[in-house]
Amino acid sequence: MKKKMMIRTLGCLLTMSCAAALLTGCSAKTASGENGQVVVYNWGEYIDPETIEMFEEETGIQVVYDEYETNEIMYPKVETGASAYDVICPSDYMISKMIGNNLLAELNFDNMPNAKANIGAQYWEQSQGFDPENKYSVPYCWGTVGILYNKTMVEEPVDSWSILWDEKYTDNILMQDSVRDAFMVALKLNGNSMNSLDEGELAAARDLLIRQKPLVQAYVIDQVRDKMIGGEAALGVIYSGEAIFTQRENADLEYVIPKEGTNVWIDSWVIPKNAPNPENAEKFIDFMCRGDIALKNFEYITYSTPNEAARELIEDEDLKNSQIAFPDLSQYANLETFTYLGEDGDALYNEMWKEVKSN
Amino acid sequence: MNKSSKKTAVPRTPWPTGRYMAAPYLLWSAAFILIPLAMIFYYGLTDKSGAFTLENVLSIGTPQHAKALLIALLLSLVSTLICLLLAYPLAMILARRGISQHSFIVLLFILPMWMNFLLRTLAWQTLLEKTGVINSVLSFLGLPALNIINTPAAIILGMVYNFLPFMVLPLYNALTKIDGNVVNAAHDLGANGVQTFFRVIFPLSLPGVISGITMVFVPALTTFVISNLLGGSKILLIGNVIEQEFTQASNWHLGSGLSIVLMAFILVNMLLTAIFDKNGEGTSL
Repeated sequence: MKKKMMIRTLGCLLTMSCAAALLTGCSAKTASGENGQVVVYNWGEYIDPETIEMFEEETGIQVVYDEYETNEIMYPKVETGASAYDVICPSDYMISKMIGNNLLAELNFDNMPNAKANIGAQYWEQSQGFDPENKYSVPYCWGTVGILYNKTMVEEPVDSWSILWDEKYTDNILMQDSVRDAFMVALKLNGNSMNSLDEGELAAARDLLIRQKPLVQAYVIDQVRDKMIGGEAALGVIYSGEAIFTQRENADLEYVIPKEGTNVWIDSWVIPKNAPNPENAEKFIDFMCRGDIALKNFEYITYSTPNEAARELIEDEDLKNSQIAFPDLSQYANLETFTYLGEDGDALYNEMWKEVKSN
Repeated sequence: MNKSSKKTAVPRTPWPTGRYMAAPYLLWSAAFILIPLAMIFYYGLTDKSGAFTLENVLSIGTPQHAKALLIALLLSLVSTLICLLLAYPLAMILARRGISQHSFIVLLFILPMWMNFLLRTLAWQTLLEKTGVINSVLSFLGLPALNIINTPAAIILGMVYNFLPFMVLPLYNALTKIDGNVVNAAHDLGANGVQTFFRVIFPLSLPGVISGITMVFVPALTTFVISNLLGGSKILLIGNVIEQEFTQASNWHLGSGLSIVLMAFILVNMLLTAIFDKNGEGTSL
């Protein structure tokens, strides 16, 4: 393992330094704010850009902002150290993988009073599933995964994942184009855990997904949102945070958490071990935990906030008590959070997913 | 070389000669071609513990990978053929026009290439969607809807659209190089239009045909963006498999191993090009 890392790092360094020497021909240090900079690596469209400007103005720290589409794309960049980030926002199972591989720095919560005060106790507790001592992560957004459907195109009530296997909706179904999310749907429908490592259960889920494939219009990630708003499909598997946004754009859309249970996820701020500006990173995280800032972000990205102070500040009563943004989780059975499956587990899932996709 | 032979009295030029001028490019190719290539071979021929293995390369034989490669070969062959059939007449028309006219048409052809490739492919998605622009127009006119989005047909369309200019330009270059007198001679000697084309023009344009085929076939074979956007991720090409090994499965070894296989296919293609190109140039003088 060590050796592999060394060679990877060396290769990357070599390429990078050649690139830097060639392209800039001088020092690699870019212009930065009066109090240095902080390099943030976050999901695409996952922050209100205004809050970044406010942070820069208030602290004099320049924010270098970079985005990724999936945890899996983010991970190798951080693991190889090819790019040094200060703040990252991975999901639950990825955080446990990063902790396991010794990539994350312990946080100093004394520097982050807002994080301590404003994040609800239940979210800290939920985080212990992947960060047992709450040492490495600060919850930023959370939510569920469910079915978004168009009321004008679907007649019967939607309450089960099984509707995604109904031939009536051939070519009208959008599935998630990522391994774990796709398998979650099939595993849950079969009554299994979405963290299953049982080959028999996984094979059954794979066969279910292969059977579903002719009905699926497309496997997509972020595009579910636009396609559902445009009336391109009747049913789509979607993250709850996107559901509120799509409803604003198209009133015919409705979101449900299926009765077989689903994924309750948390995306949290973490600081990697090789962060060049850890102090600025803590300032950034704490700023994002401030009630008014968290509110701004919630209103912009519409993903549920674990920030109690922000929720108190929501003026729109409907939104404040929205069952999509803040569902009463005790009503639902079989809710789970993804856990890291280990290298062999990941490989098994990927192999099965490839069989689905190439079928 | 010509210059020095014209005026023998002129002393040697003071600036560095060709060998040194190549230094920046050598540095460039070392950083961005040789080192990455070496890394691909390193990853492709080792396993996770760093030990030598051929497993990654040989895994092209598994049913999923072989199928993805076959579909990719099939789709890129079809789109190359379509590109050739579309581009040849166009290149002939261009080659016969006067300067002012043809440069305008060439501009029209190159103009879309100034826009980002991803954006143009996304635009096709919007055009082809079930409720997209084309279907809205068709339904307005009372015509049946066109349902090719997320099918192999949409992928071929995307490939042809994106890579057509790469076929037109080499063909156009090859055709303009043909001496009009050769064609006239063929006519004088009694060849009709069809005979002139197949016995004279087409053989002389072969270098352009071959390089056009390479320029279209290679990117079409390796693409993963077009199949993702226009195929709805439902059709797995070998490019998609490699992309997923890198981005989703974090298995750089398998991804690199499959890239080596793909490189072999491209090398064979280029070898054929080199052989044909030599013949082509031999006859073109």
